[in-house]
Amino acid sequence: MIFGVDVASMILGGVAAGMVLFIVSVGLSVTMGLMGFVNLAHGGFAMLGGYVVAHAMKAWGLGFVPALVVGFAVIAALSAALERLLYARLYRATELDQVLFTIGLVFMMIASVTVLVGPENQPLTLPAYLRGQIDLGITRYRTYSVFLIVVGVLIVSGLWLVFERTRTGAQIRAAVDNRRMAESLGINIGRLFTLTFAFGSGMAALGGGLGAEFLGLDPQYALKYLVYFLIVVAVGGLGRVTGVFYAALLIGVLDFALKKYVPSGGTMFIYALTILLLLWRPQGLFGVKTT
Amino acid sequence: MTPGVVGWAEHPAAVALAGRHRLRPLEPIPWILALAFYFLFPKYLGFGTELLIMILFALSLDLVLGYAGIVTLGQAAFFGAGAYTVGILAKRGLWNEPITGLILAAAVAAAIGLGSGLVLLRTGGLTLLMLTLCTMALLEEGANLAHDYTGGFDGLDSLSITPLLGVFEFNPLYPKTQYLYVLAVLFVCFVFVRTLVYSPFGQSLTGIRENTLRMHAVGAPVRRRLVLSYALSAAIAGVAGGIWAQANAYVNLGTLGLDRAATVLIILVLGGYGRLYGAFVGAVAYMALAHFLSKVYPTAWQLGLGLLLVVIALFARNGILGIVEAAVRRRPRPMP
Amino acid sequence: MIKRIVAITITVLALGLTSAQAQEVKVGVALPYTGIGAEFAQLVDHGMELYLKLNADQVKPYKITLIRRDVKDPGGANAKIAVQELLTQDNVDVLAGWIYSPNAIASAPIVTAGKKLAVIMNAGTAFITNLSPYYVRTSFSMWHAGYALGEASAKVLKAKTAVVGYTDFPPGKDSLAAFKRAFEANGGKVIDEIPMGGAGAVPDFTPFFQRAKDQKPDLFFVFVPAGDHAAAVVKTYAALGMRQAGIRLIGPGDITQDTKLQAMGSAAVGLITMHHYHADLDNPENKRFVEAWKKEYGATSTPDFMAVGGYDGMAAIVHVVQVLKGKIDADAALQALKGWKFASPRGPIMIDPVTRDIVMNEYLSEAVMKDGRVYQKVIGEIDGVKDACKEQKIGPCAPAAK
Repeated sequence: MIFGVDVASMILGGVAAGMVLFIVSVGLSVTMGLMGFVNLAHGGFAMLGGYVVAHAMKAWGLGFVPALVVGFAVIAALSAALERLLYARLYRATELDQVLFTIGLVFMMIASVTVLVGPENQPLTLPAYLRGQIDLGITRYRTYSVFLIVVGVLIVSGLWLVFERTRTGAQIRAAVDNRRMAESLGINIGRLFTLTFAFGSGMAALGGGLGAEFLGLDPQYALKYLVYFLIVVAVGGLGRVTGVFYAALLIGVLDFALKKYVPSGGTMFIYALTILLLLWRPQGLFGVKTT
Repeated sequence: MTPGVVGWAEHPAAVALAGRHRLRPLEPIPWILALAFYFLFPKYLGFGTELLIMILFALSLDLVLGYAGIVTLGQAAFFGAGAYTVGILAKRGLWNEPITGLILAAAVAAAIGLGSGLVLLRTGGLTLLMLTLCTMALLEEGANLAHDYTGGFDGLDSLSITPLLGVFEFNPLYPKTQYLYVLAVLFVCFVFVRTLVYSPFGQSLTGIRENTLRMHAVGAPVRRRLVLSYALSAAIAGVAGGIWAQANAYVNLGTLGLDRAATVLIILVLGGYGRLYGAFVGAVAYMALAHFLSKVYPTAWQLGLGLLLVVIALFARNGILGIVEAAVRRRPRPMP
Repeated sequence: MIKRIVAITITVLALGLTSAQAQEVKVGVALPYTGIGAEFAQLVDHGMELYLKLNADQVKPYKITLIRRDVKDPGGANAKIAVQELLTQDNVDVLAGWIYSPNAIASAPIVTAGKKLAVIMNAGTAFITNLSPYYVRTSFSMWHAGYALGEASAKVLKAKTAVVGYTDFPPGKDSLAAFKRAFEANGGKVIDEIPMGGAGAVPDFTPFFQRAKDQKPDLFFVFVPAGDHAAAVVKTYAALGMRQAGIRLIGPGDITQDTKLQAMGSAAVGLITMHHYHADLDNPENKRFVEAWKKEYGATSTPDFMAVGGYDGMAAIVHVVQVLKGKIDADAALQALKGWKFASPRGPIMIDPVTRDIVMNEYLSEAVMKDGRVYQKVIGEIDGVKDACKEQKIGPCAPAAK
């Protein structure tokens, strides 16, 4: 019984951590898979989103969930504007130029937030109903973690429905698999790109707000966690929503378990694991093998 | 002979190709400037030394990224390997002669490059990027855990390095010896890389980068060439790391960090990769701007730097050198 | 008309001359104004500025100019260049700053070569003051709080077992070593040591805390860097119900850093910390300090131990300026500071004449709710605490053989 409780709490903890990773990274995976664009500023959108959520709650007195919606909307709009004005110019550019551009953008985001708001961590106070512990029958668990798991499942189901059952979703999938063909079929790639990019960045913003409880919220957020997002995307497979989901869960649970039982290994295990996974399946767990 | 047909050796294309390796008039300029800097700005030599080391490091990345086409975010693994080789040997009193120390650093880094190259270079794209990143991060964690040897987060301090050639001492406050030492090493490594790039080996690397399939078809040993260039680039990065440790008399985890690896990549792309001098231009532009902006605006200088990167990237011509080259080409040429 | 213009001109010139008489002393400040340490740099910087503002008459007739340089990261190289340039280009009279220990360690040879007084205002690794004869520290060493807490845990809290969780970098290891030594010397036993990730990104502490909880110790001693880590620790402690399980959370004051304390809310209640300073200390200097801080930087802001490191550091510098009448010779400055006593917001402090490190009070405090906010109630006090590592010459703290 004790062992079962142990395993259950371990899985719950890891899954909750994985959910935050998933929510932030899914946008990056779809953007990179669909647009072939290396957007290293993705973490910056997550950071900005978190700040919008915190501000909405503090300055406008919004509740947690409404603030999350506001965060999503604001960042989606901002990123759509940036996409039309700047990103679109670099679609034909080399990946390295895209890296240069997005890193420059992130630097500007970090510096602006530091100057406008300040370098200190922004506290995000959760509403009372999400704090403390909740009774799950076999064990008591952190309420917020359970909330994250529920939200994550809802999001991945929603995304699956959109991708598998709607026309836009089908268009996105088509464009990810074969952009030329999709274009020749009359799909408006430009509009699709903007829509997807805005949506992906909005998701990042959502992740930033949701993850603030665990990961904190300060200007450096944009770069601090970028490596983890990239790992999840690479292991999951570019452009695969289910891939990112399972990869995030896998990494979340394993990281949790390793930290508990072998804490002195530090982050070595995650890196070693990623290396092994990518060597075994370079295209990611769910990616499509390209020649 | 039919009029209009020339022997192959006199064909303009052949002449151009055969003469690629010859010294162009603008080439001595960086070295003249570097020497002038030494005399004109004696108080900035600390910054200057750091700048020259970064150029060397970026040069190593150019070999593997600009010429062989391998995009890596883990180049700092070799920098750190070289730095820690020098550091651990010096701290434990085993070896602290500078020049031979560099050779050891290069050897260790090359070994790691060879090993990791053999395993990782079967992949490409995002996968290779993440693999190189994770390998470097693994090394960094390892160095942190082995803190009895590496000093962990605090690093190894007060490394004693014997005077260069037995005569020239490394002064921490007025790094004149360090500056000239690094300049000399940079020169030697640069000559090596330049010769390599214009050799048949270097040409085949360009071929591999541009059209791997065709290179396989003509029977070039693609995999071997890639691994070799990766190992050579690792060796040079190891020299850069080793000399950093000697010049600063200090090593810590920052030499192995993502921060350093990402910075050198940005610098190279900013300057222009695959052009040998991109490393020089990029390092000067990036570091000079960072250094002087941060003096004037200690909290907001990243904004200016970010703006530079965004603007250069939007031109999308392969960095500053690419933009310059495109601008030069646009000028009307005199009629033949 | 002309007479009036001449009179005004003469007055203005005279004033100009007299203000030029105020001798200028240049203080070179090396802090991480950008990057992950930006928040801490701001706290130390504000502490320094507040001292100059609040005690302007102590500074007269001299004028202290702060020349700031961003060291950007804890990597060492940028700190070295910053210090080098402050010494050779700006010709500063005194050096100050250093948040991160690696930067202070890397700067040591340059400080020694430059022969200027260098006041460390935060970096806490114990052996740093041994690295250069010109280093004087006004902040703390990890051993001040760690050792004192180890003793107090056994004697005051009467605990028998403890699990230690620490961030895996030198201040964390220092903290662990200090606590363990004192705790076990007084009859306690450390039953598990859990390294909890690095000092960079905040890890999810749940697995580490779960492991500690499973072992049912009397105490869970935690050291994490101040900032985001501390906030996450307190939240995780509450979320796992460890207090209900009878495990008390203790640690050096980094985990209840004043700037983060209120955001932790009721989750922080019951935490027991040992530190040389928090904003709720009840002495006249601190009351004045906190009031002035809130007036200057905002009613919702609060000073913390980093701010007081900057404040006291500047007090030390001004003392030197006054004693040496503006001509700062490093060796004379050291003489002036050895044994220097000051009434700081943290209580009476002194600079140890042998180690040049700080000697100060340590306060055992418990976090309680009072008047709707989290308040740190002092439940014990140890006076005149020295850095035990150097005192007992443990490991790298033993003075280097010359």
